[in-house]
Amino acid sequence: MVAIDTTRKPPTGEPILTVCGVSRGFERGSGGVRVLDEVDLSLRVGEIVGLLGRSGSGKSTLLRIIAGLIRPSGGQVIYRGRPVNGPADGIAMVFQTFALFPWLTVLQNVEAGLEALGVSERESRRRALSAIDLIGLDGFESAYPRELSGGMRQRVGFARALVVEPTILLLDEPFSALDVLTAETIRTDLLDLWIERRLPTKSILLVTHNIEEAVFMCDRILLFSSNPGRVAAEIEVPFPHPRNRLDSAFRQMVDDIYAKMTARPTIGVPGQLPKLQIGSRLPPVSTNVIAGLIETVAAPPYNGKADLPEIARTLQFEIDDLFPVVELLQYLGFAEITDGDIVLSAAARTFADLDTQARKTMFAERLLASVPLAQHIRHVLDERPGHQAPRVRFEQELEDYLSDSAAEETLDAIISWARYAEIFAYDDVAEMFSLEDPGG
Amino acid sequence: MQGSAIRYASLTARGLLPNRWDIIAFPLVFGLLLLAARGARETLAPLSALKEPVVSLDPVNLPEYALRTTLRMLAAMIASLLFTITYGTLAAKSRRAEVVLVPLLDILQSVPVLGYISFTVAFFMSLFPGRVAGAEAAAIFAIFTSQAWNMTFSFYQSLRTVPRDLEEATRCFRFSAWQRFWRLEVPFAMPGLVWNMMMSMSGGWFFVVASEAITVGDKTITLPGIGAYLAQATAERDLRAVGWVVLTMIAVIILYDQLLFRPLVAWVDKFRFEQTGAQTAPSSWFLDLIQQSRLFRTLLHPASLLLGGFARQRLSPPPDKARIGGSRSLARAMDVVWFVAVLAVAVFALRTIIAHVASGVGWHDVLDVAKLGLFTLLRVVVLIAIASLIWVPIGVKVGLRPRLAEKIQPLAQFLAAFPANLLFPVFVVAIVRFALNPDIWLSPLIILGTQWYILFNVIAGTMAYPNDFREAATNFRMRGWQWWRRVMLPGIFPYFVTGAITAAGGAWNASIVAEAVSWGDTRVVAHGLGAYIAENTAAGDYPKIVLGIAVMSILVTAFNRLLWRPLYAYAEDRLRLD
Repeated sequence: MVAIDTTRKPPTGEPILTVCGVSRGFERGSGGVRVLDEVDLSLRVGEIVGLLGRSGSGKSTLLRIIAGLIRPSGGQVIYRGRPVNGPADGIAMVFQTFALFPWLTVLQNVEAGLEALGVSERESRRRALSAIDLIGLDGFESAYPRELSGGMRQRVGFARALVVEPTILLLDEPFSALDVLTAETIRTDLLDLWIERRLPTKSILLVTHNIEEAVFMCDRILLFSSNPGRVAAEIEVPFPHPRNRLDSAFRQMVDDIYAKMTARPTIGVPGQLPKLQIGSRLPPVSTNVIAGLIETVAAPPYNGKADLPEIARTLQFEIDDLFPVVELLQYLGFAEITDGDIVLSAAARTFADLDTQARKTMFAERLLASVPLAQHIRHVLDERPGHQAPRVRFEQELEDYLSDSAAEETLDAIISWARYAEIFAYDDVAEMFSLEDPGG
Repeated sequence: MQGSAIRYASLTARGLLPNRWDIIAFPLVFGLLLLAARGARETLAPLSALKEPVVSLDPVNLPEYALRTTLRMLAAMIASLLFTITYGTLAAKSRRAEVVLVPLLDILQSVPVLGYISFTVAFFMSLFPGRVAGAEAAAIFAIFTSQAWNMTFSFYQSLRTVPRDLEEATRCFRFSAWQRFWRLEVPFAMPGLVWNMMMSMSGGWFFVVASEAITVGDKTITLPGIGAYLAQATAERDLRAVGWVVLTMIAVIILYDQLLFRPLVAWVDKFRFEQTGAQTAPSSWFLDLIQQSRLFRTLLHPASLLLGGFARQRLSPPPDKARIGGSRSLARAMDVVWFVAVLAVAVFALRTIIAHVASGVGWHDVLDVAKLGLFTLLRVVVLIAIASLIWVPIGVKVGLRPRLAEKIQPLAQFLAAFPANLLFPVFVVAIVRFALNPDIWLSPLIILGTQWYILFNVIAGTMAYPNDFREAATNFRMRGWQWWRRVMLPGIFPYFVTGAITAAGGAWNASIVAEAVSWGDTRVVAHGLGAYIAENTAAGDYPKIVLGIAVMSILVTAFNRLLWRPLYAYAEDRLRLD
């Protein structure tokens, strides 16, 4: 894949946890859509494994299945030779939202992790203080979470997880709610502890949607594809710690992963998206962002072609912000993706030079031509004598293909585009689509 | 605290109610009340009336009476807390219990508080024949019924909305159900619960006054206390004594607020879930005193150790045995059995009620009562409208001046807590003196005590109104009616609805006391359902009491469903500013 000198052998330890053919569907059996489909993975002693994917790819669901918080609808998780049926001893989790008890002090929050295990009060105090010390929270013992900055709160989250001396540490996007600098500091602190073997933990599983973070921290990355969630690729990261983000091999790997994630290698021809269907899920992308991205890529220094990781960095976009826009541009015929580069089509270059009204007209044409749902709603409104239709009619149609929340999100997305394109109107109070233009 | 008014009120907005279950809940509530009343009557030996007079009008006795009244309130509050924790938890944790318990609670709270007393006096007095304890229990039960329901709703709602990440964290760290309850669920529910306790308390004073001196048929309760003192003063036409009791009540409410609720509200602030420290934290000198004085700390230390140990117990099987999920088909079969059982009990209860009511009343009574119900309904609607027209503009004017609002807000809350029935005699004197039409002039009484909820909610809403919007409105030179309609009214609407719901609920309850009032042996009665219930309670005519109360409950429930709930949903949906 990438020509890199493997200076360190990949971890070869015993597997301590195995996921075998785990699946999970929606609660309602709607069209067989699955959040997770036949996922296999194993965690070995001494490695950090990353689950990398976009939001909605089921990676957090998988993490919760491993933690014993939810039950898979198929397959099983084997830990220490036994299937996981509920929260297991030796598996601790750090939450994206920190999940601290606001009414407990830092010390009490950390001790709370031990309380359920029936550790004596004195022992629990000793262990909590040493975990607080380890994670760099000394001096904050008697503070309440609301007095702390986000970074300090997440340190409490780590201390609470580490105090139970977990064999496996599960990290659910633990840095994504923090600002860039804070996130980096905590990441490096954690890696230092890990490399110096000062953690009681044998293996770490990190869920993230941040490609650089995954390459920076993990020994192995499992790439998740969405709809259904499954492991699309497995990537070994052979660089020794500490890693340098500016190193060319590092950058190359980040680029490659971008390419893989936009190429959707599991479906159809690489670089070519499958056509949208009437029941396809549509991402909630603002028309301002669509226009903004086209303008940015059309202008110098990109002049119509840009490297996705670079664009993401410049615009400070996470992949969850960037990929949906890029995808939509592809659907609308405004751009192509090749090898992690976005290339604007001729239409998009024209679009960039048009004034507002002309842009709207062009967007309307494209929307009706390439998004079947827009076409469908417009068609229904044209056919009906009153040129009106209730929202629920389309919502029900969509629910044959999508989950309730996805159906709602999709309709909201189409409403906002249609309003911009002025192809139909929507009254939110009455929940009615119509052809009437309230201004005219 | 102002900000919390709307927040916690919204917890009781109850979007989760399964409506069809109400049909079952209704007969269950009334059937049970009826059985209690009937069973009591049958076992009841002719009751020797309590010795009279129990109450002396000498003001020297007032501190003692005030203390006894307050103790009754406290006892009821403790009972309400126990009820809240068990009932709320059961409703939140068991799906099967939930479908019955939640609608049941909704009906329970639509039954007028003084209606419970009519039903249950006989029952409680038969528990302790010939002794004061029975009367005490009946009074405490009446106060309990005025406090428990909204507290329970709040607790249930909190348990249903525990943040998912915290819930996952407790499971991940393998807390037992018991530990999770005390470590997560109770603390999370605490702010809403305390807020509702305060609301309940301020409503409770009204009913404690009303329930200390009440006659049901041949049984008269007279319990030494503020309410009985007032009753005696009224019977003896002693306006000076009325003045004394008003002063005492003012003192009691202020003390109660300073020594119990201020400290509670300040303390409970640490359980607020929002992680931001934006709002100014409420403070209490008494709480500071407790927390900072060594004496109190030494005294409280053992208690806190004990409570901590109590919460730390596991009290359930070790986590490895706890599994997620269970057998589906078995569960479904149990559902069917459960549903059939509930239905059977409901049908039985309904038959009992119909049989009982039919034994004493005919169809013309039903029509009559329905007509009276419409009178009272009209009264409630008109007076809420009038009170809104008065208090909304005033509340907005006050709320726009933060300094003034700081002073007015506690006053409004105090007025809401003050039992308005203490002032009824004054009105009666005026009506008798000027020979006024009671149908019109008794009406203001039903809103006398509860209109303040509108005022202080509107003040709170105005104070929470974003400054940006006001500046924008000024910038665009919006003024006059346009300013009210486009700028201010939509902004305070959710708060107004919260206040109006509370005020209307209180007005229905007050109608039983307010539509029939006496001064000495002069009796002034208005046409209305409240007067009907009051008169039949005095006469001990059970079928008519049941009929009257059932009709009132139906009206209250319908009013809630058809007016308040849609309004509330609209306000929540469209007009929220945050």
